Amino acid sequence: MIQFEKFILSNGLRVLIHEDKSTPMAVVNVLYDVGSRDENPEKTGFAHLFEHLMFGGSKNIPVYDEPLQVAGGENNAYTTNDLTNYYCQLPAENIETAFWLESDRMISLAFGKKSLEVQRKVVCEEFKEHYINKPYGDVWHKLRELCYTSHPYKWMTIGKELKHVEDATLSDVKNFFFKHYNPSNAILVVAGNVSVKKVMKKAEKWFGPIPAGEKYDRNISPEPPQEASRQMEVKANVPLDALYKVWHMYPRSDSRYYTADLITDILSGGGSSRLYQALVKEKQLFSNIECYHMGSMDAGIITIEGKLVKGKNIKDAEAAVIEELKKLQETGITEAELQKVKNKTESAMAFEDMTVMNRAASIAIYELMGDANLINTELSRYQAVTLDDILKESRLIFRENNCSTLYYLSNN
Amino acid sequence: MNRKIAPPIKDAIEFNLLLKDYDHYTLDNGVPVYAINAGAQEVLQIEIVFYAGNFFEHQRGIAAATNFMLKNGTLKRTAFQLNEDFEYYGSYCTRACYSETAVLSVHTLSRHIEKLLPVMQDMLTESIFPSEELEIYKQNTKQWLKVNLQKCEFVAGRLIDNYLYGEDHPYGSNSQLEDIDKLTTDDLKKFYQQYYLNGNCLIFVAGNLPHGIKNLLNDFFGKLTIAKPSFTLPDIKVSPAAEKKFRVQNDPAAVQGAIRIAQNFPNRHHPDFKKVIVLNNVLGGFFGSRLMGNIREEKGYTYGIYSYLQNHIQQSAWVISTEAGKDVCEATIEEVYKEMKKLREKKIGKVELLLVRNYMIGQILGDLDGPFHIMAKWKNIILNNLDKKYFYESVEEMKTISAKELKELANKYLQPEKFYELVVY
Repeated sequence: MIQFEKFILSNGLRVLIHEDKSTPMAVVNVLYDVGSRDENPEKTGFAHLFEHLMFGGSKNIPVYDEPLQVAGGENNAYTTNDLTNYYCQLPAENIETAFWLESDRMISLAFGKKSLEVQRKVVCEEFKEHYINKPYGDVWHKLRELCYTSHPYKWMTIGKELKHVEDATLSDVKNFFFKHYNPSNAILVVAGNVSVKKVMKKAEKWFGPIPAGEKYDRNISPEPPQEASRQMEVKANVPLDALYKVWHMYPRSDSRYYTADLITDILSGGGSSRLYQALVKEKQLFSNIECYHMGSMDAGIITIEGKLVKGKNIKDAEAAVIEELKKLQETGITEAELQKVKNKTESAMAFEDMTVMNRAASIAIYELMGDANLINTELSRYQAVTLDDILKESRLIFRENNCSTLYYLSNN
Repeated sequence: MNRKIAPPIKDAIEFNLLLKDYDHYTLDNGVPVYAINAGAQEVLQIEIVFYAGNFFEHQRGIAAATNFMLKNGTLKRTAFQLNEDFEYYGSYCTRACYSETAVLSVHTLSRHIEKLLPVMQDMLTESIFPSEELEIYKQNTKQWLKVNLQKCEFVAGRLIDNYLYGEDHPYGSNSQLEDIDKLTTDDLKKFYQQYYLNGNCLIFVAGNLPHGIKNLLNDFFGKLTIAKPSFTLPDIKVSPAAEKKFRVQNDPAAVQGAIRIAQNFPNRHHPDFKKVIVLNNVLGGFFGSRLMGNIREEKGYTYGIYSYLQNHIQQSAWVISTEAGKDVCEATIEEVYKEMKKLREKKIGKVELLLVRNYMIGQILGDLDGPFHIMAKWKNIILNNLDKKYFYESVEEMKTISAKELKELANKYLQPEKFYELVVY
């Protein structure tokens, strides 16, 4: 049981506090309810570029990192399609430093020209390092475009193209900040060797005076149901053919999400999972194969991806994947298999909760979903999944019409 | 309240760092066990560390293949059953092979440990290395290698080790596709016989340990023919490359180059090692370092640049590593040397030095979060044949080393002509 207290400041900032006296450290985690799904399709990559700019100085503080490092702390941040999360960890005695830094950048950034210029370049290098300069690096760029027609999950967090980031102007940046970065769109979690009372006081002192700002109303139409299967073929300078198949699934808050999550574990959660055993070990069509989803807030996708053994035909490999899915759809799984993936979920959660930093981030994300206490109750939702649920959802999800397929072929 | 003024802080160097002691005992066969019993979550990890790394192989790839295939079949269990026996309980059984050591570890909810120990014992006594499993391993490892050889950063990492230590030294040798082809089940069985069945090992357990863990470990591992390690290793000489500068073309379509600048460096027992850790932090050890400040935050040449000391037991190397735009690779290298020059010529200022000290101490404080992290610190100390004095002396250096000393070290080591310089693009 992970204990926490929640209260809301008058400007709408949600504050959650989790005490853990076993560590000398404190974690301050600020989550902003903005991700790349909130971007203008002509200006993608903004939420993420923004994450970089958040370290380029704020209204009263010229640089973010140095004062935190002097206080013995360190920090980082990440942007997803759904949210942007900033976290820092420092010795608990110095927690005030984190309040000072985080509240100031919630008031306003410095919007320095130089910071924008440099970070544009840095993000372009990040783009190159992760998505261009690697074999198969552009796969997700193509897959997202293939399986989403209208939903903003169509583009990657890093952006649709380098040009969008290169063209970002200071006025774009300002608009984005004032639209999304304010107390009513944020969640503050403080965890570690702290006391609830003291944190409440400090939160009031540093964040209380910040104007509420406008609550951003997200209004994204769901991706329309896919009516026919889609195919794409790419030839590239890669050593091996690769197969990618994706199917639409449920939003994070849907009760069927848990069933879908367990299905991915049945198919590829380890050396005893179905796809690995059948296709890597027995038929030796793939050198590796994985099935996963991304835990997206809006309806996301389930992916099966694998690299083929050299010399095998991609059509045969795909047919073998489909055969495994058919087995699942026709005969379902055994009680023991279901118990196995539930045990795996329980243990994965226990390991994840080991560090105070992870607990803080989880509390923030569950609060974003509407109920921080999910950190304690979510396991029971997995426990409630039945054999019938698995059968029913695997039939629904793995329909051919719901599928997009990418052949990523080696041209040598 | 004045938001322009930073709140007062307690300097992290005033913190008293304590590394929680381990429990230590030996099994009936003399194998040492190090245990940390702590943590709120009902989880634990067992790591069995064998002296079975690639230092001991007579042909490249045998140590890694043997280690990997511990989970691919025993007299009692097929590969599938081995996996199933761990995964049913939501447990993870992993293997890893390093230069000196090779590890078998299990992470699990504490309450399942008694179900898993017999399986671990099975792997360590009755592995059979089936030939069809070896063929799959060879095929998939070669494919993995082919994909990675197309990545400039992967190739750069291999080449720089090659220059530093020589191709025949375990730290510098890289397995090639032909090496994987040559592996036979006979090789693996022999290696297993010598370095696992009759090998030397240590056991590390950490987490929420069940009552009677000591007896459990003794029941399953205390009767085996394994023994405690002697910490003496085969003496293999390094032969660093004579030439220092390399530019290698790997991928004609590359938009970035992988840069490595590195020099050989003694191991942790050398008196300069602990001190240089501090100098390294100033240079490129963290986000607030000089290299990051100049090359990422000022020039935007890269997404990230770091320097570090390699984590080897017998000798180390001091490495600077980054991926930078293809057109700015040479400019990046020039800036790296400029930063070295500054460190040689001008003492580090008070403010910067305090920042680095505080940051490093804060890091250690944060690193000691939870039993696994504490054990990781101990494991490093023990495997390097050091003791807790090393930990406390390192902390003392972070707190007290002077700017003058750091400048002397910069002059001793940060000389461009000492460094290998490589760009792979």
